[in-house]
Amino acid sequence: MIFDYDTLKLIWWLFVGVLLIGFALTDGFDLGVGILLPFLGRSDNERRVIINAVGPTWEGNQTWLITAGGAIFAAWPTVYAAAFSGFYVALLLVLFALFFRPVGFDYRSKLVNPLWRSAWDWALFVGGFVPALVFGIAFGNLLQGVPFHYDDTLRSTYTGDFFDLLNPFALLVGVVSVAMLVMHGAIYLQLRTEGVIYQRAQRAARRAGVLLMASFAVAGVWVAIGIDGFRVVTMPAADATPSILNKTVVLASGAWLDNYALYPWMLMAPLLGFAGAVVALRLSAAHRAGKALVSSGFAIAGVILTAGFSMFPFILPSVTDPRSSLTVWDATSSHLTLSWMFFATVFFLPLIILYTSWVYRVMGGKVTEKTIQEKQHSLY
Amino acid sequence: MVSESVVELSRFQFAMTAMYHFLFVPLTLGLAWLLVIMESVYVITGKQVYKDMTRFWGKLFGINFAMGVTTGITLEFQFGTNWAYFSHYVGDIFGVPLAIEGLMAFFLESTFVGLFFFGWERLSKVQHLCVTFLVALGSNLSALWILIANGWMQNPVGAEFNYETMRMELTSFADLFFNPVAQVKFVHTLAAGYVTGAMFVLGISAYYMLKGRDMAFAQRSFAIAAGFGLASILSVIILGDESGYELGDVQKAKLAAMESEWETQEAPASFTLFGIPNQEEQRTDYAIKVPFLLGLIATRSIDEEVTGLKEIIAQNEQRIRNGMVAYATLQLLRSGDERPETKAVFEAYKQDMGYGLLLKRYTEDVVDATEEQIRMAAKNSIPDVAPVFWVFRLMVLCGFVLLFIFAASFYFCAKRVVHRKRWLLKLALYGIPLPWIAIEGGWFVAEYGRQPWVIGGILPTNLATSTLDKSDLYFSLAGLIGFYTLLLIIEMFLMFKYTRLGPSSLHSGRYHFEKADEGGSSGGAALTTQPQRPSPDQGG
Repeated sequence: MIFDYDTLKLIWWLFVGVLLIGFALTDGFDLGVGILLPFLGRSDNERRVIINAVGPTWEGNQTWLITAGGAIFAAWPTVYAAAFSGFYVALLLVLFALFFRPVGFDYRSKLVNPLWRSAWDWALFVGGFVPALVFGIAFGNLLQGVPFHYDDTLRSTYTGDFFDLLNPFALLVGVVSVAMLVMHGAIYLQLRTEGVIYQRAQRAARRAGVLLMASFAVAGVWVAIGIDGFRVVTMPAADATPSILNKTVVLASGAWLDNYALYPWMLMAPLLGFAGAVVALRLSAAHRAGKALVSSGFAIAGVILTAGFSMFPFILPSVTDPRSSLTVWDATSSHLTLSWMFFATVFFLPLIILYTSWVYRVMGGKVTEKTIQEKQHSLY
Repeated sequence: MVSESVVELSRFQFAMTAMYHFLFVPLTLGLAWLLVIMESVYVITGKQVYKDMTRFWGKLFGINFAMGVTTGITLEFQFGTNWAYFSHYVGDIFGVPLAIEGLMAFFLESTFVGLFFFGWERLSKVQHLCVTFLVALGSNLSALWILIANGWMQNPVGAEFNYETMRMELTSFADLFFNPVAQVKFVHTLAAGYVTGAMFVLGISAYYMLKGRDMAFAQRSFAIAAGFGLASILSVIILGDESGYELGDVQKAKLAAMESEWETQEAPASFTLFGIPNQEEQRTDYAIKVPFLLGLIATRSIDEEVTGLKEIIAQNEQRIRNGMVAYATLQLLRSGDERPETKAVFEAYKQDMGYGLLLKRYTEDVVDATEEQIRMAAKNSIPDVAPVFWVFRLMVLCGFVLLFIFAASFYFCAKRVVHRKRWLLKLALYGIPLPWIAIEGGWFVAEYGRQPWVIGGILPTNLATSTLDKSDLYFSLAGLIGFYTLLLIIEMFLMFKYTRLGPSSLHSGRYHFEKADEGGSSGGAALTTQPQRPSPDQGG
């Protein structure tokens, strides 16, 4: 084992972050495109242009989500168990919404019946909107702490219910998430389409970008003065065998800003969130869609990192029993498992990025209404 | 303590969603290689019909693949949503193959599948063939890691319990990967998937031949499916997965249940061809036995014994008693007792701790179990014999019928008279469900036969669920059953529609319905209203 246990625990926090950001950067624009589909496409052909802009690559993109889930299972099994069972109803709603995507893309254009096609278009909207919203709401609840606790056999019990998740702050974070992915999706459509769809996408990007900046700013102020953060008072050493209940944690107003005082470079994250969005919108207005997409990617990374940095080392804080809170240091797998997963990740992740880039290159270029008409029997 | 009904509902939900998922997976596994074969022939010979075959069967592959992806996510989610204690208790080991599956296999498959459908004009012939190959490889590697995860649940090697973290932890990745149970299961399951793909192509091609249309297309597809299917069904039957049952205590109980073998017999054991398992009296009524056969199948030898269920129960009773000692010392260790002798006792007994946990069903405290409760727990430490016994026989029967179909198809193909053997074509068509019945049956035997354990000898099923309410389960079950029913209707509708349409759905102008419809509306008429009968003016 080349790394110490505490180093690996930290690396795995980064890896999970990378996978979540990877998901938001790639599948993020697919979700955004799904949300925009019924509004930017006014005719069947226009909608097919939009669908085929993501058609050949969305499946690989969604694998970031599946893999992030698998990696959390392997690296943070305790988090996987507590979060998924706690957010039971919310996650099932995400699951049901995700059902619509593979079949929506593949089945929609297999019949010509307009009712059939329009039903699938709305299904694809739901498949984009619900996950984007719920993931945001979930982060909003993580920031406020979640009502759960452990018994002495480390069985977790969640004591809230689904409607508690829908509190105002969490809904605001849900708006951040939706706006961010819609902006990203709209800019992606600018890159891959032309004509009226391009123009509508440009307008959508501007609106979503402004909404993102506004909601992100309000959420930031709210975190600073409106909700209590969590602070570790005592805990076992970082390289110790994980022992969740042996720590003391307190809730304190403004505690989520502790890290920024301690490590000022972390302020890069929220700045990147705003700057990325501003630059993305300017580039989008200047018809430089490729660069705008990169910039909106930076905005997304900034927003997600802001949540991560604010909460570090917490992953899943417990509001009802703070010592049950899960952190980077005590919610992880064993040293051996983290090591093996480290090697698997550093070997495969670059490979994945390499072949994914090749696929994007092959399938690149504008999708036009003419292409759709010529290949209407083989395209989505 | 989680209520019994939440456990039952969670089990039902997992069984339902896993079996539903496995309606689509085996077809993907097998059809992917058939596409590779067809496309290879196209690349080598340059004959258009093989490209059309790849594209048409690829269309059906796509309809099926979408459902496989849709229903696969459910399973990943469920480990966390419904089996949280399982995830906590064994995630350190079980999560590893799942995560590697994503990184190594699912990414490969999902990234290239889009290129398979949409890359025909953008790639050279050889490049496209490589893409098809990578999709097949990805789906097969996916199966490898999933079966390593599942094999570990049957025979949990390379891990041990850590009382400080209250969970199982990995001790050897190599043991996890080379778990013989997983390796045997992988080969068996994969070959069964190949049979499914082959039977699908064989049966549908037989349908075209029965209808007398697109004969050149159908005969070539039929021949490839017959050859591939024969090789695959022989692998399924000859390799079997019996050899995986020698290993692991749970596997032994499963084997004995499959055979309804109550008493340990002198080697080599006889095989019960038929009988009525009687769980209460612990015997098999009306048994018809074939001498020697079981010993040969199960142990591949004539001098090793196959352990009977009564003996397994007796052994388990002793292990439950050991488990009580382990559990008592665990309590001491958890409450801060750090004496070396306590640790020594725990180390000596901890491999049986899971058996102690079987008592949780009867008494929360485990250590205060009565003699009666210990006997009950031992008696219930084996699966219900009758369902395992019967479903196993159903699976084997399907296997032999499939062997006959593929052997006959291969033989008559080789003699070039298969299109005249209408009885065989009908048998192939109506035999399409057989591999699905066999495979679902096989999974039932493997998983139901593992009960009462979720991780063999380590964690009883009734302790593994999340702390949920019945109402949570009713919500998820209602949603899943509703969506799955709807999606299955839609999928079957499209599958039947495109199957009936056949290669005409490619709109190449070379196939049956297009020739019949010449002069009619074709080409750019996709937006006309939907015609009643299959015709070329349909969407892509």
